Amino acid sequence: MSQATPVTQVDTGSMPLSRAQLLGAGCVLGLLLLPLWANNYVLSIGTLILFLALAGQAWNVMMGFAGLLSLGHALYIGLGAYTSAALYTHYEIGPWLGVWLAALLCALAGVAIGALAFRFSISGVQFSLLTIAFAEFTRIGFDHIEWLGGPAGLFLKVQQREHIDLLNLRGPPAMFYYVALALCGGTFALCRALLRGRAGYYWQAIRENEDAARALGIPTLRWKLLAVAISAALTGVAGVFFAFYYNSLFPEQVFHISRSIEIILAPVIGGIGSLVGPVLGAALLTLLADLSTELLNALGSEIPGVKQVLYGCVLLVVVWYLPHGVWPALSRALGLGREHKG
Amino acid sequence: MLLEIENVGKSFKGIRAVSGASFDVEEHAIVAMIGPNGAGKTTIFNLVAGVYAPDQGEIRFRGKRISGLKPEQVCAAGIGRTFQIVKPFAGLSVLDNVIVGALHRERNVVAARKRALSILEQLGMAHKAQQPAAALTLPERKRLEVARALATRPELLLLDEVMAGLRPTEVDGMVGLFEALNRNEGTTILLIEHVMRAVMALSRRIVVLHHGEIIARGEPAQVVKDPAVLSCYLGTEAVGGDEVQA
Amino acid sequence: MPEPDLIANVVLTGLLTGMIYGLMALGLSVVFGVVRIVNFAHGELMTAAMYAVVLISTAWELDPLWLMLPLGAAFFALGYGLQRGVINRFIQRPEHSQLLLMLAIATILVNGLLMGFGPDAQSVQTDYQLDSFELGPLLLDKPRVYAATAAALTALALLAYFRYTMTGKAIRACADNHMGALVTGLPLKHLYALTFGLGTACVAIAGCAQMLLLDVTPAAGPAYTLLAFVIVIVGGLGSMAGALFGGVLIGISEALAGLFVAPSAKSMFSFALLILILLVRPAGLLGARA
Repeated sequence: MSQATPVTQVDTGSMPLSRAQLLGAGCVLGLLLLPLWANNYVLSIGTLILFLALAGQAWNVMMGFAGLLSLGHALYIGLGAYTSAALYTHYEIGPWLGVWLAALLCALAGVAIGALAFRFSISGVQFSLLTIAFAEFTRIGFDHIEWLGGPAGLFLKVQQREHIDLLNLRGPPAMFYYVALALCGGTFALCRALLRGRAGYYWQAIRENEDAARALGIPTLRWKLLAVAISAALTGVAGVFFAFYYNSLFPEQVFHISRSIEIILAPVIGGIGSLVGPVLGAALLTLLADLSTELLNALGSEIPGVKQVLYGCVLLVVVWYLPHGVWPALSRALGLGREHKG
Repeated sequence: MLLEIENVGKSFKGIRAVSGASFDVEEHAIVAMIGPNGAGKTTIFNLVAGVYAPDQGEIRFRGKRISGLKPEQVCAAGIGRTFQIVKPFAGLSVLDNVIVGALHRERNVVAARKRALSILEQLGMAHKAQQPAAALTLPERKRLEVARALATRPELLLLDEVMAGLRPTEVDGMVGLFEALNRNEGTTILLIEHVMRAVMALSRRIVVLHHGEIIARGEPAQVVKDPAVLSCYLGTEAVGGDEVQA
Repeated sequence: MPEPDLIANVVLTGLLTGMIYGLMALGLSVVFGVVRIVNFAHGELMTAAMYAVVLISTAWELDPLWLMLPLGAAFFALGYGLQRGVINRFIQRPEHSQLLLMLAIATILVNGLLMGFGPDAQSVQTDYQLDSFELGPLLLDKPRVYAATAAALTALALLAYFRYTMTGKAIRACADNHMGALVTGLPLKHLYALTFGLGTACVAIAGCAQMLLLDVTPAAGPAYTLLAFVIVIVGGLGSMAGALFGGVLIGISEALAGLFVAPSAKSMFSFALLILILLVRPAGLLGARA
């Protein structure tokens, strides 16, 4: 998966900016300035894209970096969401504190599942099934936990939209947008740093050939568990955002397999294993969905399920013709070359 | 004594791959294991490298027991190995392959890259550094295996048929490389080889395996004349030939 | 503690339901055993069949039991075409690609049904749906007995097909030894498609049977897929007897769980069982140790 970096590092100040860097800077600038001219609806689309990009990047760590196809990532969204929401509604503990516990819990859950899977040599399809089973088990389980609202749901207190309470994440859409942007950007930076360092090399080695990796002294179990833990923790953070953005949690929704599938769509379509893939995929999917809904509204119909059929078709087309996702082909087309991994 | 293999045995589903094998490898020595296919040579490598644990017997490295350790622990102890059926990281570049190995001892990626480049130069593969490993020919992949293992700074290097498929000049090149390695860095080498040209040029001692047992050992000149060795290669009737064709 | 009569009733009900489950899982198991594709669209195909039953049954006032053969044939053709046209191209691809392909097909199917039929539950009425057989203290619903019998007969027919016909044996040969099948010149593509068609037919017939007992919603698709996987993993991936055995086992345990714990929690038990089996005995209870 590595786009080989040139032998000499490209970071001397005197060299002109590469196309990729310019493009990247342009995107970041555009994202930062969006709330200045966008209305609430556009902002909500933007926030959704960023949320999916965040969750997708988190999932990507497990799949793209450690080669494990998890179809039960909704588990961590749910755990993160419910942990932080419960702390807020029952103990008045704000999200900035709650997120740490949420991330920790998710990391532990991930490591537990991962350890079980590795201990018993489960991989491939059976691993995917294992992740589904855990998510489903938890979904039904949470339906029976009254303290967390049960099937009727858990609700967060919503305050006036104009007043910005950053500490408790209560405020206008623009605030949520920037928080999502910060989280997404932070995750991107983290993944990039990981990929370029020892972790990136080791994960790719493990993915390519685990036996050879072990012969080179890599404690593969430890590194796989690390990928799982990071992936779960980051997804948990996305879950915390989810809780405070949507303000209502139902086990049926949060832990559902359709949410797990929603999470994987962006990185699969954008490009598994790459840095930009999940973000690109999230943007493409959300915009596509929005366009189709607009189109249907214009035609006067509001049929449920159209969005997902479209998702399915896009997934089908991408899996068939672009098994590595859209990003590799796009980056080639844009002439971005191989200057950076991802 | 760097490596001690003592009365080691291993069976797979009832078939005895190795039985009662004992031999030692001194520090800074170059020892070759030869024998017909299926004799158990790679199994012994796998036992030393931690892929399997022996059913009986013990393996010691620098006096400490390593039989039963996991492969990554064996590497950490100072043993590097190549695989008979090469296992490159096909999706990574040649350089990245070696960097993975170098990261074992180097502190960070920058240092590892430097070390990886120098090893590739030693092996004459620096010009292929950016190529994907999947694009290499088989002999080149074997050299990559060696480069990767070398990057982990092993005290003992296990080479599994790395000369297979090489032309005579290439074989000589590899022999020179290993000799230099042994001479300059003191790396001990235990190799499995069928290419007798390399075996005779490199090794100072040979161990011969047949049907999982050691049937001869000693200096190259003696071993190749040993009737037991000749008969296991050529059959009992053909014993007495001049040169052993492996 | 419920009375023994009640427990016996529940167990028997579970057994009958399990027959249908078994047939459904049989389709999945056979496909995996031969084609080695994990069909994540399995339950969705069954749901599609169930909707077909609803359509035709209500339009022409036919009992679902009559629809078993024609619908089975139609879905056989559908499955054959799907395999030949689409899935075959993915045989050589990495596992996660195959998974994603089937996931895409499943998503399209489920949401297509949602678009076409809406989210509300639909069901089929039969004359005898409230009748029951009395066996001493036991009370068995007629629809359930009919459905289970049909399912069991189909399963037996399939087993006989695999055991006694040339094509059936050829298919089993593919499953047992892929390379050997290639070498002896068996028409792999055709056999794969045949197998997938049979699997889809199974699911269609199971769907007909299910319509006698339950209503259908689009969301049932993924639920049935998961259920089929639980059964197949528990019973043994690639083992036909395992699929049937697993089906009955899950049917009974779900029924019992519904009785002793909350009815809504009965799937929890199935998933816990799945996790346990995946960890302890991934080959399944009746599966061959690969």
